[in-house]
Amino acid sequence: MNDALDVALRLAVVFVVFLTFPLIVGQTEHKVMAHMQGRLGPMYAGGFHGWAQLIADGVKFAQKEDVVPAGADRRVFQLAPAVALLPYLLVLLAIPIGPSEGAVGQVLDAGVFFVLAVMGVGVLGSLMAGWASANKFSLLGGLRTAAQLLAYELPMLLAAASVAMAAGTVSLPGILHAFHWWWVPWQIVGAIVFFVAGLAELQRPPFDMPVADSEIIFGAYTEYTGLRFALFLLAEYAGIVVLCGLTTVLFLGGWHGPWGADGLGWVWTLLKTAILAFLVIWLRVTYPRLREDQLQRLSWTLLVPLSLAQIALTGIVKVVIS
Amino acid sequence: MNLAAAVHLASAPPVPHAQHGFLSPTGVEIAFLLVGLVTLGAALVTVTTRQLVHAALWLVVALGGLAVEYLLLTAEFIAWVQVLIYVGSVVVLLLFGLMLTKAPIGRSPDADSGNRWAALAVAVAAAVALVWVVVDAFRTTWIDLDGPAAGTTEVTGTFLFRHWVLPFEALSVLLLAALVGAIVLSRKARADADTTPAVHGKEGAR
Repeated sequence: MNDALDVALRLAVVFVVFLTFPLIVGQTEHKVMAHMQGRLGPMYAGGFHGWAQLIADGVKFAQKEDVVPAGADRRVFQLAPAVALLPYLLVLLAIPIGPSEGAVGQVLDAGVFFVLAVMGVGVLGSLMAGWASANKFSLLGGLRTAAQLLAYELPMLLAAASVAMAAGTVSLPGILHAFHWWWVPWQIVGAIVFFVAGLAELQRPPFDMPVADSEIIFGAYTEYTGLRFALFLLAEYAGIVVLCGLTTVLFLGGWHGPWGADGLGWVWTLLKTAILAFLVIWLRVTYPRLREDQLQRLSWTLLVPLSLAQIALTGIVKVVIS
Repeated sequence: MNLAAAVHLASAPPVPHAQHGFLSPTGVEIAFLLVGLVTLGAALVTVTTRQLVHAALWLVVALGGLAVEYLLLTAEFIAWVQVLIYVGSVVVLLLFGLMLTKAPIGRSPDADSGNRWAALAVAVAAAVALVWVVVDAFRTTWIDLDGPAAGTTEVTGTFLFRHWVLPFEALSVLLLAALVGAIVLSRKARADADTTPAVHGKEGAR
């Protein structure tokens, strides 16, 4: 009975994190974008600086009619948001935020493979949405999504493999237990490749060609309204949380910090994740969208060779120090 | 599949057959059977449905079910690699290809093949051969689920790089050859297009 209670409690905590953290990132995005662009942003809902704007947005989404286009493939169309969202919930289960046994949803032996595999499944949701909408803009968006995933999955995997080589394990807590501070400069190229490829996999600006709202009208999500559209948006923000958390765990030392290692490790994890999330928002505000051919060229001619070089460097250093 | 089973063979000493029977299955065995049925059903729908994209999506169910089977056999590493490679990449590539064609919503009238009986014969023959080999090889082998996990990354890696290095390297060379072949094919097409007079100027080269 105690075991069941323990599992239920872990699942509940992960679920709460899954529901709140993306909203916090969304609210931060509102405010940071407003400040960076020299405008007010939403200021009225809830009184103080429009803190309740996201709640108002949620109510608005819930009130909207759920429309399925007449020509659409109904079942696939309705299933797609769930396929896009659920993988990120599963990935959150495996991300450790502290050194103790209780600070991770579930310790997995092959954690790195688990998170990358399940994150890749999320993209199927966009593909299903793009095809099932019976809309040419959606189909274009789906095509671009698939092309982007195929291009950026490889450098992401290679960068993660470099860390796994350095640590000699593919378990996420195991990698963090093996971590030393000098891993950050050693793996910095891999970190940048991983983060950039992750951004592209989430279709965040400047890699938002598949959802480019000004040319293909939000791509795969053109025909979605109401709660299903909100689920896709939630998936995007949950993806930001997951990507930043993973980059923190794999490359920035997770719970390790200059001081306060005992008991306060989770603060370091959350702090690093928050800084990376801020960086994601910053990139959205500052960089113009990459064209489709620029996207592909960046991945195949820059990120893949860089990640291979990082693996070579990791191997050499590993052999030298062992 | 063989590899995972072989790993169990190597790491866990075979438990005597007498302790086990088919008449009182454990929960894991029942789950294994049910997931197997779902996987088989999804695979059958994949090859029989007339809706092309649905076939690809049912393939996701079949491949995912296979990953769950690996998990139930404690081969965690192989299960996640299965999801990563097959669900995450191969199916995405498949869907990408389907989107480039005129895969319609609804039934494709021409989604049928005259070779279906030949294909069925080959599939049945392959299935019989595989089942026969696996049953013959692992007839009395049982996985001890309560003991140390027999399919962890470490065990799999040790086994792969200690006992199966040569096949592993041979496979690598095979994949490299396929890669080089793909590059050669795509370059040759471009060279041909360049030698023929391009009608639309630069666009003709594509």
